[in-house]
Amino acid sequence: MAAVLSVLETDLMAYRRTWRASVLSSFVLPTLFVLGFGLSVGSFVDRGGQLGPVHYLDFIVPGMLASTALQVAFGESSFPVFSKFEWIRTYHAMVATPLRVVDILGGDLLFLLLRLLTTTVVFLAVTSAFHAVHSWWAIAVLPVAGLLGIAVAAPIFAFAARVDQDGYFPMLMRFVVIPMSLFAGVFFPIDRLPEVLRWLAYISPLWHAVVLCRAATLPGFGVSVLTAVGHLAYLAAWAGAGFWLALRAFRRRLVI
Amino acid sequence: MSPFRRPRPAPDQVTGPVGATGGAQAPDAPMIHARGLVKRFGDFTAVNGIDVDVARGESFGFLGPNGAGKSSTMRMIGCVSQPTGGVLRILGMDPRRQGTGIRARLGVCPQQDSLDPELSVKENLVSYARFFGIPRRVAKAKADELLEFVQLTERADSKVEPLSGGMKRRLTIARALVNDPDIVLLDEPTTGLDPQARHLVWERLFRLKQQGVTLVLTTHYMDEAEQLCDRLVVMDGGKIVAEDSPRALIERYSTREVVELRFGAASLEDMAGKLAGLGERIEVLPDRILLYAFDGDEAAEAVTGRGLTPSGTLVRRSTLEDVFLHLTGRTLVD
Repeated sequence: MAAVLSVLETDLMAYRRTWRASVLSSFVLPTLFVLGFGLSVGSFVDRGGQLGPVHYLDFIVPGMLASTALQVAFGESSFPVFSKFEWIRTYHAMVATPLRVVDILGGDLLFLLLRLLTTTVVFLAVTSAFHAVHSWWAIAVLPVAGLLGIAVAAPIFAFAARVDQDGYFPMLMRFVVIPMSLFAGVFFPIDRLPEVLRWLAYISPLWHAVVLCRAATLPGFGVSVLTAVGHLAYLAAWAGAGFWLALRAFRRRLVI
Repeated sequence: MSPFRRPRPAPDQVTGPVGATGGAQAPDAPMIHARGLVKRFGDFTAVNGIDVDVARGESFGFLGPNGAGKSSTMRMIGCVSQPTGGVLRILGMDPRRQGTGIRARLGVCPQQDSLDPELSVKENLVSYARFFGIPRRVAKAKADELLEFVQLTERADSKVEPLSGGMKRRLTIARALVNDPDIVLLDEPTTGLDPQARHLVWERLFRLKQQGVTLVLTTHYMDEAEQLCDRLVVMDGGKIVAEDSPRALIERYSTREVVELRFGAASLEDMAGKLAGLGERIEVLPDRILLYAFDGDEAAEAVTGRGLTPSGTLVRRSTLEDVFLHLTGRTLVD
C-alpha cells in the first residue's frame, strides 16, 4: 500500500502546480450548466410541462453531475497516460524502482478518485446553492461518481497504453464520450429514445450512474435497493474488467 | 562530502520481501552472474547465450554496435525484462522471483530522459526516493546532497524543461543514486552530450567508481569505455565476441601503435600492395590506409624507405576503437 501511496504522492506533487485552475473550473462548470441549461432551456421545458411537476433544472443536475465525472475521468486517463508512456516516459522511470506495475496503476487511479470526489463535492455545493438538490441522500452521489469515473477511466488507461499516437483520443471523445453524454439520460429520459438507442444507453456505464444520481437527489425518481445494487454491480464490472485490461496493457508495455 | 555512506544501510523495502539471500551474499560473490543468458522477442534473438560476471566495485562495460543486444541485456539486469533462457543472478537474487527486491538495490540511468517535467529539479529526486519507501524527510536531505554532488544545487527549484542536456543527464544520474544503490546501470550515459558536458559526467562517474560503487554501462563511445571501464565485453549479434580490460583487448586484437597514411589522389589499393610486409596488418579505408605496428615511427620510416611519399602520416597509439572495428566490422549497422 505504501508503494501505491508513493505514486499518488507524486501525482499530488504535480497537481500542486495546477490545482487552482482545476478547482476554479470545477466551480465554473456547474454554474454554467445551471445557468445555461437548467434555467434558460429549463424555462422552455417547464412551460411545456413535459416532466410534470419536476423542474428541468432539478432533473438535469444529477445527470450533469455524472457526466462531469465522465469528463474528468476521460481527461485524466487519455492524454496524461499516453504522455507518461510516450512523451515524458515517467512510467518507464517508475518501473525501474521497486514499484510493481499494479502499484503504478493503482496510484494513478487513486489520484483520479480524489479528483472525482473533489469535483463532485464542488458540483453538489454549487447546485445546492441554486436549490437544485432536494435530499440528504445526495451524499450518495459521491461513491457513484467515483465508481463511474473508475469504470470509464480504467478501460481508457488500457487503451492509452496500447495506442501508438494521440490522435485516437479526439476520436474517442467524438464517437464515444459525447454520444454517451447525449443519449444516456442526462438531458432527457431515455424512454423517449427509439429502442436501439435505448439499448446503447443501457450498455453505457453513464446511464447507470445517472439513474443512481437522480435517485439520490430527486424525490420521485427513487429506485429499489435491488435496482440500485444492480446498477452498482454493472459499474463495478466495468471498473474490474477495465482494471484487468489496463494491468495487462501496462505490463505488455513496461515489462517486456 | 560524499553522498555515499558505506557500508550502506539496509534499504527500506516498499513491497515484497527483499530475499534474505540478497543480504547474506558472500563478499566475493559476483554482483551480476549470467550463464547462457538468452532473450528472444518472437523469432528474433536479441541476446544469444552470454556469460557475464561483474565483481563488487568493478566498472563493467557492454560495447557493441546498435542491435548487438546491449540494451536488452541491461533491461534484464534491471529486472524490467524477463530472461527467455539461461541463468541470471543479481546480488545473489533471481530476477524472475525477486524483481522488486533487486530493483530496490539498483540505480538506473536510462538512455532516454524520463524526468518529470511537472515537478521541479529537487521534487524529481524526492518523488523518486519515495518510490523506494525512503521517508520524506530523509528523501529531502538526500536530494540536497545529490544535487550538490551533480552540481545542480542552484537549480533545485527550477523546472526540468529549461535544463541543458548535460544537466538533465546529471539529474538523471542523481536520481539513480537516491537509494544508495549497490549497482548503478547506465545506458549510454553521455550519448548526445557536448564535450564539456560529457567530461563533467565522466568526472562524476569516476568519483562514484572511486567510492566503490559498481558501475555497469553500455556505450558505443570508445573513449568513454577506456575512461570508465575496468573490464568490458564487446557484443555483436547478441553474442559476446571479446572480453577483457581495455588495455588487454588492445594488446590482443590490435598492435601497440597505428600509422595512418594518406596518399592524396593515388589509388589506395595500389599503395597497399606496395606496403605489403610492413607492420603486422594493413587495413585500407576509403580515405586512408592503417598500418598496425608495434613501433609506429619505425614503420613510418620503413614506408619512406620504400620510396613512398605519403601526403600525410600520423603515428598514434592504438585505441579501443581499432579493436571494436576489427571485431565488429566496418559495415554500417542501423
